[in-house]
Amino acid sequence: MRPDQDPVIEVEDLAVHYRLQGGALARLLGLETRTVKALDGVSLQLGRGEVLGVVGESGSGKSTLGRAMLGLAPATAGSIRYRGHDDAEAQLVSAMSPRALRGLRTDVQMVFQDPGAALNPSMTIERAVGDPLVVHGLASGAELRRRVHEALERVGLSPVERFASKLPADLSGGQKQRAVIARAIIMGPQVLVADEPISMLDMSVRAKILQLMLDLKSDLGLTYLYITHDLASAKYFCDRIAIMYLGRVVEIGPTAEIFAAPRHPYTQALLAAVPDPDPTRMLPRDLPRGEVPDAAEPPSGCAFHPRCPAAFAPCGWEARDLRDQLERYWAGSGLADYESDARVVGDLGAVGTHRDGGLRISTRDPDAAAALLDRARAADVTDPFWRGVTGWRTESDGVRIDLAPGQEPRLRVAPGGEGRVEVACHLHDPSVSHADTPGP
Amino acid sequence: MARRVRTPRVFQTIWNTQGLARYLFLTGVLITGVFVVFALLAPWIAPYDFAQRSVDGVRFPKLAGASGEHLLGTNDQFYDIFSRVIWGARTALLVVGLSILLSAVVGVPLGIVSGYTGGWFDRITVFLMDALYSFPSLLLAIVFSFLLRNAIGGGILAAALSLTAIYIPQYFRVVRNTTVAAREATYVEAARAIGAPPVTVMRKYVFGNVVQSVPVIGTLNAADALGTLAALGFLGLGIQPTEASEWGYDLSRALDDVSAGVFAPAFWPGLAIIALITGLTLVGEGLNETLNPALRRRRLRPVVLTPREEA
Amino acid sequence: MTSVPGDPSQPREVVLEAEDLRVWYGTERGPVRAVDRVSFDVRRGEILGLVGESGCGKSTLGRGLLGLLPDGAARDGALRFEGQDMLSMRPRDQYAMRGARLGMIFQEPLTRLNPLMRVSDHFTETLRAHEQGLSGAEVERRSLEALRVMGIPPTRYRAYPHEFSGGMRQRIMIALTLVLRPAFVVADEPTTALDVLVEAQIVRTLHDLRATYETAMLLITHNLGIVAEACDRVAVMYAGRIVEIGEAREVFARPRHSYTRELLRSTITLSTEGLEFIGGSPPDLSEPPPGCSFHPRCPDAMQICATRAPRARITDAGSRVSCWAADIADGAPVAADLSAEDRSPLTTEEVLVADEA
Repeated sequence: MRPDQDPVIEVEDLAVHYRLQGGALARLLGLETRTVKALDGVSLQLGRGEVLGVVGESGSGKSTLGRAMLGLAPATAGSIRYRGHDDAEAQLVSAMSPRALRGLRTDVQMVFQDPGAALNPSMTIERAVGDPLVVHGLASGAELRRRVHEALERVGLSPVERFASKLPADLSGGQKQRAVIARAIIMGPQVLVADEPISMLDMSVRAKILQLMLDLKSDLGLTYLYITHDLASAKYFCDRIAIMYLGRVVEIGPTAEIFAAPRHPYTQALLAAVPDPDPTRMLPRDLPRGEVPDAAEPPSGCAFHPRCPAAFAPCGWEARDLRDQLERYWAGSGLADYESDARVVGDLGAVGTHRDGGLRISTRDPDAAAALLDRARAADVTDPFWRGVTGWRTESDGVRIDLAPGQEPRLRVAPGGEGRVEVACHLHDPSVSHADTPGP
Repeated sequence: MARRVRTPRVFQTIWNTQGLARYLFLTGVLITGVFVVFALLAPWIAPYDFAQRSVDGVRFPKLAGASGEHLLGTNDQFYDIFSRVIWGARTALLVVGLSILLSAVVGVPLGIVSGYTGGWFDRITVFLMDALYSFPSLLLAIVFSFLLRNAIGGGILAAALSLTAIYIPQYFRVVRNTTVAAREATYVEAARAIGAPPVTVMRKYVFGNVVQSVPVIGTLNAADALGTLAALGFLGLGIQPTEASEWGYDLSRALDDVSAGVFAPAFWPGLAIIALITGLTLVGEGLNETLNPALRRRRLRPVVLTPREEA
Repeated sequence: MTSVPGDPSQPREVVLEAEDLRVWYGTERGPVRAVDRVSFDVRRGEILGLVGESGCGKSTLGRGLLGLLPDGAARDGALRFEGQDMLSMRPRDQYAMRGARLGMIFQEPLTRLNPLMRVSDHFTETLRAHEQGLSGAEVERRSLEALRVMGIPPTRYRAYPHEFSGGMRQRIMIALTLVLRPAFVVADEPTTALDVLVEAQIVRTLHDLRATYETAMLLITHNLGIVAEACDRVAVMYAGRIVEIGEAREVFARPRHSYTRELLRSTITLSTEGLEFIGGSPPDLSEPPPGCSFHPRCPDAMQICATRAPRARITDAGSRVSCWAADIADGAPVAADLSAEDRSPLTTEEVLVADEA
């Protein structure tokens, strides 16, 4: 956000948690239910007239953030403030009654990912696009018709007569998305939350819809929250970008600066993974391993550390990192190794947390377990995991592994540049010792 | 507006159904149609009234064979069998139609509200409906007709109401389950996003997409309801003979005559019951086949590759 | 991206060869020419990318090659796999061939794995169905090896499908396909449902696989970036035809066909500085336009394009392209016969937004 800009929406420390339903038995017995932290302490501001991109993989909480801005996802903690006009009183979205929230939606609107599902299959385009006006009692009769036709023309669904009486099933994907956009702009909103508006469309249609959104922005003075997993379209479309991972913002700043010098290893990885038809580009070799972990049990410390190629001592190592490490070792070594090792550590059931801190492998053969650790370390000594291990020693009934203490990285202004990029990564935290880092 | 566009499409799909399904469906429509004509034109088709035992002061004979006066003979209560069968169609369709309509009117909105709002209201309604559903339907109908007999007598309305109670849970279950699925659909979230209050969401966005299975359940239930109505009548708990003509009652009265060797009084009402149940079932299955996407198979026509033209 | 294992100058043997192949569907509105007179070959250990907009016949071609077509579809032309004529083969023999020699990888892996069967059971069933008399130990050795190549640790061999993430499931599906060591695999949008980083991992694995398994692969995708990164050669499909085919690097660096060029231009990439797009939408395949089927949307369209379909031509770079504009630009002999009338630009009707896809 530029300093002269006034935020339309201010999100502060927002958390959205969902209670997961357990299995049938757990529900019957009222046993513990797991909680998914879809958003966990997110703060950002949406400046008037800007396009803020929210980029992340599935489970990053980017869609939840967009829904929370319309009050469609209830805030567990924190606040969302909406200020319709410069001189208007800020409204606390996160504390609104259902009725007040419905009123808010004349100002904040949404475009959905799947245009095929976002329109009521049994409503004609004319009725669907005009329904916001009907619902809020803003227009009826000839006036309603006039405004619907105006909105349809504005999004390029012309001649209007050809589309007005059609059902969604009769339209192509791009046409449906245009209708969804028409419905979103018909009430003259200030803010449009666009949740992956082009990702389900054909390659050749994406540019057209993106162009339409740009035209609407300049014609109607809209502010966008553009949610996407695709850095390429975000780079072209957004003024600022927030990179999210497992419910948190890990890097945020002006688009140009983020792309010129991505700071968080996750941002760097996303950038390297963008498929590009440039024939001179090489296939990325050092991609982060694994996948987005279960949001109900996020990794300790920095949530990205298990996948991070640049992780080091303070990133929050724990028992499942050792399990993953051994699995990777076996996947790389021969099967014979795995079979003999499995006798020592079981199917990794023996790896756990030591009651005095650190990790522990319980086994009747501590020497064999220690030897396994030696071999695993020797096989890939450069693996970030070993940067967190300070040593291990055998005990009477197992091996104790000492770990460097982990801590959570906080979002802070990144050193260097113009100081407009914030990043949550120990690599960019001057207060963390970087003695054993591979260098930021 | 949406309705006007949809309806012809549904008929078109039904009409375009291929093969055996189509013939069975058309047979069902034909049988049901005959009974609908009977019901509508009963006063003109039937030579006598359903409770008529005499003409010009002359009593009808008892258990007479077929004759010019009595096309199918008379039964042991001096009624004209042909007239009773024709009037019975009116009773049957009236009771069945009324009960199906009432149970849909109660079951569908209840299902939508329960499925959409969820929470404790949903739990309680589901529990009650499941309890109601798990009773044997005939037993339930007997209980209700007993209760209603004291309140409003043994007429058509009482019979329809006791059947209604049986079928509400069926509509409720189907509509509630589709509503639970529809609640998660993007277009419902989109409706909330434009600021539609819950009642509007249910009325405009959920309703149209969950009622599509109702006509199918309706016709299939109609066949079942007819059987239950006849069973009630057979047990003497249904409609009294002076209120309306009812096949099940006539059938039960005629059983003794069968052992005496007179078949007509039992045969004709029995045939009517079987024919109408068959007709309604065929219509229901036909609708199910064409309207239920899970059962529908899209047919591709075999293709003939035309010779290549040399470029 | 073009490093084929072994000596690249040595032409490798052709595994699958399609010649003038057609796959049509019958509908109430007449035949749909989903695949119309397509010719190409795939060599051992090679990945051929197949790109195009949706509705251009990519998936039908992929399924048509394996004989996985619905009732009412018909194939003709020639299709040879390892020298055998696939079109005249009995359905039973084709069936036996699928899985063992021909494989398919689908977009949505979860729907293809039985939730009640362990991963080990899936492998046992697959291997036993195609190779009778395998010992238990041999089954396990081969399965674990296939999983290892795909990066699945042996500790997970006896887990159930729901215990894996989406990317792992797709890796398992690929391992299940490759464990039989098929000579040719069709992968239909194998990474579309996955997260970007996982997509990149799997594309890289697919690319590396050729060294291990020497499998030839047809990789169907709408994502041009994936083709550029994973494929040796690329075929661009439009309205049921292959309009351009050649070395991936060459086609992307110097696209000859107007459609290829416009498709590349309309793709949003990190270097996009202005939005470009192709007007209109792909034609209805039951009534393809006369001449070159791209002419109604083509910015380079000439009079000739609307009347005569361009003939396929091999370019100096070894690509095959069917485009009149490219013929003229490259000074191909056929271009010399074109009159000034033929070359005059085609006045295309204004494309309405309404007609767009």
